[in-house]
Amino acid sequence: MVEYVWPSKEDSSVLGKSIDKIDGVPKCTGTAKYSYDINPDKVAIARALGCPHAHAKLKSLDLSKAEKVPGVVAVSAMKKVGDEIQWQGDLIAVVVGDTEGAVAEGLDAIVAEYEQLDVFVEDANLEAAEAAGRTAKAGGKVQLEKEPDGDDPDFEEKELARLFKESAAVVEGRYGIAAITHMCLEPHGSTCEWKDGKLTAHLSTQNVSGTAGQFAAPLKVTADDVTVHCDYIGGGFGSKFAVDRWDSLAAQLSKDLGRPVRLMLDRDLELKNGGARPSGYAESKVGADKDGVIKVWDTHFLSAGGFGGAPVNQSVIPYVIVPPNYRRRGTNVKINTAPVRAWRAPNHPQGCAMTQTAIDDIAAKLGLDSYDVFERNLVNVEDKDRRGVYAEEMKIAAKLIDWKAKWHPHGKGDKKGSVVSGLGMALHTWGGGGHPSTCMVKIHPDGGVETFIGSQDLGTGTRTVIAIVLAETFGLPVEAIKVNIGSSKYPASGPSGGSTTVGGVSESSRHAGLDALVQLNEKVASKLGVPAESLVAKGGRIHAKDDAEKGLSWKEACSLLGMSPLEVTSKGAPGRNSKLSSSGVGGVQMAEVEVDRETGQVKMKKFVTVQDMGLVVNHKTAVSQIYGAMVMGVAYALFEERLMDPRTGAFLNSEIADYRLPRLGDIGEFVVEIYEPESERARGVIGLGEPPVIGPGAAISNAVANALGVRVPVLPLTPKRVLDSLQLAARNA
Amino acid sequence: MSKPDETGRGRSGVSRRAFLKGSGAAAAATAMTGAPGLEAEAQGAEPVAGLTTITLTVNGTPHKVEVEPRTTLLEALRMGLNLTGAKPISVDGASGGSLVLVDDKPTSANTVLAMDMVGKKIVTVESLISGDRVDAVPMAFVHHDASQCGFCTPGFIIAVKAFLAKNPKATEAEIRAGLNGNLCRCGTYANIIPAVLEVVKGGGNG
Repeated sequence: MVEYVWPSKEDSSVLGKSIDKIDGVPKCTGTAKYSYDINPDKVAIARALGCPHAHAKLKSLDLSKAEKVPGVVAVSAMKKVGDEIQWQGDLIAVVVGDTEGAVAEGLDAIVAEYEQLDVFVEDANLEAAEAAGRTAKAGGKVQLEKEPDGDDPDFEEKELARLFKESAAVVEGRYGIAAITHMCLEPHGSTCEWKDGKLTAHLSTQNVSGTAGQFAAPLKVTADDVTVHCDYIGGGFGSKFAVDRWDSLAAQLSKDLGRPVRLMLDRDLELKNGGARPSGYAESKVGADKDGVIKVWDTHFLSAGGFGGAPVNQSVIPYVIVPPNYRRRGTNVKINTAPVRAWRAPNHPQGCAMTQTAIDDIAAKLGLDSYDVFERNLVNVEDKDRRGVYAEEMKIAAKLIDWKAKWHPHGKGDKKGSVVSGLGMALHTWGGGGHPSTCMVKIHPDGGVETFIGSQDLGTGTRTVIAIVLAETFGLPVEAIKVNIGSSKYPASGPSGGSTTVGGVSESSRHAGLDALVQLNEKVASKLGVPAESLVAKGGRIHAKDDAEKGLSWKEACSLLGMSPLEVTSKGAPGRNSKLSSSGVGGVQMAEVEVDRETGQVKMKKFVTVQDMGLVVNHKTAVSQIYGAMVMGVAYALFEERLMDPRTGAFLNSEIADYRLPRLGDIGEFVVEIYEPESERARGVIGLGEPPVIGPGAAISNAVANALGVRVPVLPLTPKRVLDSLQLAARNA
Repeated sequence: MSKPDETGRGRSGVSRRAFLKGSGAAAAATAMTGAPGLEAEAQGAEPVAGLTTITLTVNGTPHKVEVEPRTTLLEALRMGLNLTGAKPISVDGASGGSLVLVDDKPTSANTVLAMDMVGKKIVTVESLISGDRVDAVPMAFVHHDASQCGFCTPGFIIAVKAFLAKNPKATEAEIRAGLNGNLCRCGTYANIIPAVLEVVKGGGNG
């Protein structure tokens, strides 16, 4: 009976160490091939035409001139006359040609006429949305400690009023977070090759194992005739799980034309179609006792999921710190933008930014240290097991940022000219349980080891994680394991979303590795005349646990396999009974900023993340994930937002030059500590991709509020918003 | 209601294409006559259209490649020579994703025309690996895990090569100030800074 466990820390040779990514060299020398880079012989280039209007009916579409452009080989409509278009940039037609120039000329030659319809894109304006008939209920919940007396229909209002009246401090405010895009640097799309009744689709996807069937159905073949291939993906962040309609079209065009077709969205259409994160705007009233412990919470929030997309889920309001009495009500504002897609840690960054800012405002109102208020509110953390972990992590983070020495009451810090500095913090949580995954391990009689998993690498270092797990299992160096991922023909593995990949592939690789080792050990045992259970694989050898001399080299051991390689395919078994993985992580983020009261510019000084994540597989790439999440956090806290023209519904900043994102010089000093005492290690592997992207919005907003003594209520905290808030505060003073 | 654009042209579909077509003609004139394009056009030189075979010197080797006047260097490299390290990320070079060195100067390959590159020395990221030998800059990126998805990384590496050629003894402050032309979405900046510092310390931007 194999026991599926990890070795102890002391017994681990590569597990949990800092290992260079095994695909680092191809990524850093331009030799890694992304879907955009696949150049099969005679590949045709396809580009799409976007609708210039945010809401319109297609009146006519004339493709004939485009078809006659030299170098154009096909033009295909994606909308019919009479179709209603619900966002600017929705795809109208596609031109296929021999060169980019021919395709561009072809796109220019398409003549389309539209009837423009009413447009609404004001996701932050409830009044206007109601007037335009653009609202829908978005769910909600009421929880009160006190049972209603009888059937009083006003009980809810009366009880909330009573609780607010009894509060030592009440904060009322509006807190918001603008919509942002995914901005995958490799846009959505694919290179499709139809040949002999079969399709190979080089798809930029987070879901290698789940997309073949989606290609197959419209082509009237079955999934076995489709290979989805993706060695490298240039960013996904939750937006690349499905075969999009333009991918299906690329496959169809390849079939029709008898040559490969590459259809990637251009940047403008990528930002308009390729995914966005819903905005959120909360009107909140929060009551606390004199120590700042939150007792009652009432929020009405707006969120816009785009046409047909889901708004922010009500369950994240309030976030992590959930008092015993709360009411949350949501309204979905229906706007003319593409449907939102899952964005790294769906809902959580918005929930955190909209609510942990109000907690900090309670601290400001009571003149208390924000750290103390957050610490006292750990009693309101729903998951009781997490309270102590947060407390420990807060202590570590406070030390790393020197909270005690640097803290000052809100707006009361020293000034350097017009520059003031401040500190802020936030707490986050996430699941991160591993997804279903299957791994095939092949051990060759000459000692070679290869492994196949239908997974993908989003930049996390999936290949390296698999190699580390199997290297640890077989007692081999990491580079001895040849890892194959990125094909739908390999054993199925889940989509990479929700921080599920590292847990998933660690489970399946460890299972397959241990299952294979049992078979190999039996052969070694009979050769050596020792019981198989007494054998360990370590340091390139399989030997008796208590007698290292009694053993064989890995190569000698494998030669016992005879002529055929040993092939073992195993599924991981994540879940309650697994000792290899689990779920449920959290962390603390603390930011130090400088704000110039004259220019409104916010600068990151220092940013600390303390994160738990169970057992760390690769320390190096885990830290990188956290750094990356912190950069993305700085991005939505200070810089990026989707800007829509309220009158025309035009997407105003759909090119990189206009869509502001942080650059290398914008990030300040980053400090990361992974909280991994034995109690964490014992929980097994848990995913990390999402959690550290959750807290930056609230932590940075709180730091700015601490610096200024004024809340800048909506993210990103652009110079304009900072100056507007300062002006408003001056007027009200 | 006003109808600003009945043709259905997307925003990105107009200005850039028109620009490329226009300057393509000028570039063709340059290639044919050797005179600066606009001047040649002013003198009445016939703009060429269609495919022309030119020779580009890439990574020290001359390559024949078929291009149109409007073909960008990026398209010629990626499609003509299958050198796909430089990436199409932004329309105007704002991301730094398509950087290559042209006569040692970092240049966004999607903002220049292939025909204008005749006779120039073009260096792409692929030149930084030869067999097992990997240049110090990509190696430092690997050691500091300064790539995630990796799509921006080739452009970043060319930017670092060019930056260090000018600033071989760059300090951390200079690195933070000098590498802001490239965009990374995964957020590898915090890894890139120590990677560049390592190359400075090793003195190995060769």
